[in-house]
Amino acid sequence: MVALAIAEPASPATAGASLDVEGVSHAFDIDGAILPVLDNVSFAVKPGEFVALLGPSGCGKSTLLRLVAGLEPPRSGTLREDGEPITGPFPSRVVVFQDPTLFPWRSVWDNVALGLEAQGILKSQRHRVDAAIDLVGLSGFRKAYPHQLSGGMAQRVALARALVNDPRILVLDEPLGKLDSLTRITMQAELASLWQQRGFTTLLVTHDVEEAVFLANRVIVFSERPARITADIAVDRPYPRHRGDPILAELRRNILGLLGLDATW
Amino acid sequence: MYSASKIAAFPQSVEEGAAFAGSRLPLPELVLTGKTGVFASLAWAGFGFACLRWEDLGDWSRTHELAISAFVIAGGILAATWSGRLLGRFGTGLQKRAPWLLVLGLFLTLWEVATAKFAWLPLPFFPPPQAVVEVYTDDLPKLLDSAFASVKLQLGGYAIGAAVGFLTGVSIGWSRSVGYWVHPILRFIGPLPATAWLPFAFFTFPSSWSASTFLIALATAFPVTVLTWSGVASVSNAYYDVARTLGARPSFLVLKVAIPAALPHVFVGLFMGLGSSFAVLVVAEMIGVKAGLGWYLQWAQGWAAYANMYAALIVMSLLCSGAITLLFRTRDRLLVWQKGVVKW
Repeated sequence: MVALAIAEPASPATAGASLDVEGVSHAFDIDGAILPVLDNVSFAVKPGEFVALLGPSGCGKSTLLRLVAGLEPPRSGTLREDGEPITGPFPSRVVVFQDPTLFPWRSVWDNVALGLEAQGILKSQRHRVDAAIDLVGLSGFRKAYPHQLSGGMAQRVALARALVNDPRILVLDEPLGKLDSLTRITMQAELASLWQQRGFTTLLVTHDVEEAVFLANRVIVFSERPARITADIAVDRPYPRHRGDPILAELRRNILGLLGLDATW
Repeated sequence: MYSASKIAAFPQSVEEGAAFAGSRLPLPELVLTGKTGVFASLAWAGFGFACLRWEDLGDWSRTHELAISAFVIAGGILAATWSGRLLGRFGTGLQKRAPWLLVLGLFLTLWEVATAKFAWLPLPFFPPPQAVVEVYTDDLPKLLDSAFASVKLQLGGYAIGAAVGFLTGVSIGWSRSVGYWVHPILRFIGPLPATAWLPFAFFTFPSSWSASTFLIALATAFPVTVLTWSGVASVSNAYYDVARTLGARPSFLVLKVAIPAALPHVFVGLFMGLGSSFAVLVVAEMIGVKAGLGWYLQWAQGWAAYANMYAALIVMSLLCSGAITLLFRTRDRLLVWQKGVVKW
């Protein structure tokens, strides 16, 4: 399949990078008032690991992802990719946001080509764009414009736009948060199998506990803002996983308890 | 009245709206049967007849030719209406425009009768159609020269103004320090009507032509600058974040993110600039430049040649409308990704 062509060098052991978050604190300055969002967060992600970050809405998870992506520097602490400090955005760490944020003036193909174009290597690497589009199953929509796509299709394009760069760390900021539940379930399975094939390290912010335990090796739970780690839970189940797995259900109940929501279970 | 499904299918554009109405309202039904075509033909024949039935009150040399042309057009409309489908797209296009042809025929007949035949409208201020036709046949070279001079002046000034406005707008939108220096100047100078600079421009610039070019450029540049600026400033930060995480450098962010995202705004600015530059063009030609349609208008009025004035006005209107059509076509081509844009 074409899908395999894209993953030439990727053997699961080496494709992902490690990520170290050491004593990171961050705050926003809102009209002179300092609003702390991250409070001394430290954790380490091994190469190829799939880590889900869970926490109440607005607790600062997305801010942490922006720091990992290098879009902002932290107020204190350091972030390292494979031991190298993160100082700015780099295509080895690509973010898929909650909104697909496709460029409406570009066709699907041109949107996916964005990263290679920005890096100035599109001319010699055009086949990677086609492969990435095939990978997410949108071969028939190369020339379509974003306004012609459904929400799920748009998010697939955003995923292809990230994957075409062969990221070593894939940063997912609630990428399925706005999709309908059926599309969501399909895309969760697709995401899991992509991650297994390609072996990149994945960081997923979500507030869907089921999604977190279904996809991740490890779930890190955050407190209310300013975010602090309250639990770091290993999800030691083989892939492909089943939604009905009683161990996952048990884990889900525990995590909901940590978030103070066990009464609803 | 309307069912929910009909409301859901509400038209998105003007053209679609016309088609939408066409499928439901009685008037266009008439169009489809071709009756309007027959009436339009009759109206044009009536116009020709009106030209010949009564003696002209004045001395116009093209009355006969005009009548013959009217009869030819009437015959043409009739033939096209009857052969309808055989003519394919031209035929259906004609059928769609039949109501307009009818009204135009009636208007020309009325105009003819009210001026040349009975002078209900005072001569010479309201010349008859044959007088206007006479201008096109007898004074064509001068009219063409004037039109050409206007187009040349307008094109030069507009191109300079659009380019300067676009670059200024992008710079202000992008760079804070450029904004700091340029914004106050823009606020101070921009709202001033470009025509207010006329006296200044005409003694500062070496020729009236360069002065007019400057004024047209000025009139164009202000709206283009402001709209480009607001376009660039309103680009969502999310686009920049996406591009940056994909490895984009600042030049890429400007050229491939900010500018394409701002283009819809830029075109609004170009449209507004076109309108205000037309005004400046005509005033500049009337006051200083010794060529162009504005000058021709002034000259015609000076000689009480009112037919020439109307003839020039029609040419001017066609040129301005043509320029706007061209701009909209360009926009439609560049912005195919937008939905629901207004059709000109």
